[in-house]
Amino acid sequence: MADASCSRETKSRGRAIEADRDTHTQPSSSRCFRMFKKFQPSADIAGQTTVKSSIQRGIRSAILSSWKIDVETLEEIWPKKESIVHVKCRDHLSIYALHGEPLFFQHFDGPYFPTLRLFHKYPFILPHVRVDRGAIRFLLAGAHMMCPGLTSAGGWLPPADAALPAGTPVAFDAEGKEFAVGIGIMKLGTEEMKVVKKGVAVESITYVGDDLWAIQKL
Amino acid sequence: MATPATTADATPSQPEKQAIPPVQMFYCGVCTFPPEYCEFGDSLSKCKEWLQAQHPDLYDKYYSDVALKAKLGTISQEAQSKLEEDTAKKEAKAEAKADAARKKKLASQVIIKRIERNKRKYITSVRGLEAFGVDLKKAAKLFAQRFATGGSVTKNAAGIDEIVVQGDVSQEIYDMIVEANDGKGGKKGLDVLKDVLVDNIEMVEEKRKKDE
Repeated sequence: MADASCSRETKSRGRAIEADRDTHTQPSSSRCFRMFKKFQPSADIAGQTTVKSSIQRGIRSAILSSWKIDVETLEEIWPKKESIVHVKCRDHLSIYALHGEPLFFQHFDGPYFPTLRLFHKYPFILPHVRVDRGAIRFLLAGAHMMCPGLTSAGGWLPPADAALPAGTPVAFDAEGKEFAVGIGIMKLGTEEMKVVKKGVAVESITYVGDDLWAIQKL
Repeated sequence: MATPATTADATPSQPEKQAIPPVQMFYCGVCTFPPEYCEFGDSLSKCKEWLQAQHPDLYDKYYSDVALKAKLGTISQEAQSKLEEDTAKKEAKAEAKADAARKKKLASQVIIKRIERNKRKYITSVRGLEAFGVDLKKAAKLFAQRFATGGSVTKNAAGIDEIVVQGDVSQEIYDMIVEANDGKGGKKGLDVLKDVLVDNIEMVEEKRKKDE
């Protein structure tokens, strides 16, 4: 049922990306993209549970290895003594919250993404790309990041020696702006983008003003 | 773009590892965006007003002529004017929407209905609280606790959620709502019921007419 709603959205938007009906056989981090474009806490949250400490340990180490974050800083965000709450949502989406404040989320068993509010506080935990000014308003409407917005003069991609492969979680900075506007997952490697220069480059996962942004307390 | 490179580099070199302090974030009080993104929201003029009143220094940073010119960046003039047009349109739309919502709220009614169940036994149903942003579940729990009876949220025949409380407590519920909204803050626990317009409460009785 959850998958059906996902594919319906995909089709109605006429996108080429097929939503996989069977997420069980093909776990993917962002199969059901734009997960927070429409998200109503009352309808989409299935339940909340505290996470077992053994699993918490797993999450902690996964975050430490995938984010650019050290133990001490993570300790600040999520003290060892505190146990986080797992908020189960539709479409295999899991939000992890501490004291009711969402900290990070995960889709199926993909990578962990920080929420934007958390990311704004610790802007170094994910690699950055920058989009040009023209792209901002599309991003804020929930569109994916297309190559030209990153490869044009206003955009910025990491240099070749720091290239990011496809599938990396990244944050979008915006031209002339101080704070990140969204978080997404790379669909193309940065070097590939510089060559192809069209099509979807980064799928946006969450952005300023989406429904996750609106949730300050769960 | 905060300085990711410097902060990340600085940490490992320190002998005593210290947690990197979080960036103090400041968000617009109107649209909740970081203020630099207000221009993409749907309440730019309100955001501007708010920022100018609350944080004039920041207002200068984001909306002074120099800042406006600088932020144009690589975007073309037409694109910029189109963007501004869009923003204005969006703003008007959002305003109309908010206005409609307000009107709807003013027009919506809370109906407290006393239903005769069995000669001298009654149940009370409360409908329409959700239009005032009341959490029905919480309100039902509050009623049940207050009157020490059963109280639950049920779907009625039309498929709309309503609160059903055992016993004839219509007057008490009315009083509770009045108390929650009398501006004195009311008793503890009544917060759930605040924001309900007392004038819009209607008391109805099903079947036999009796004096309230």
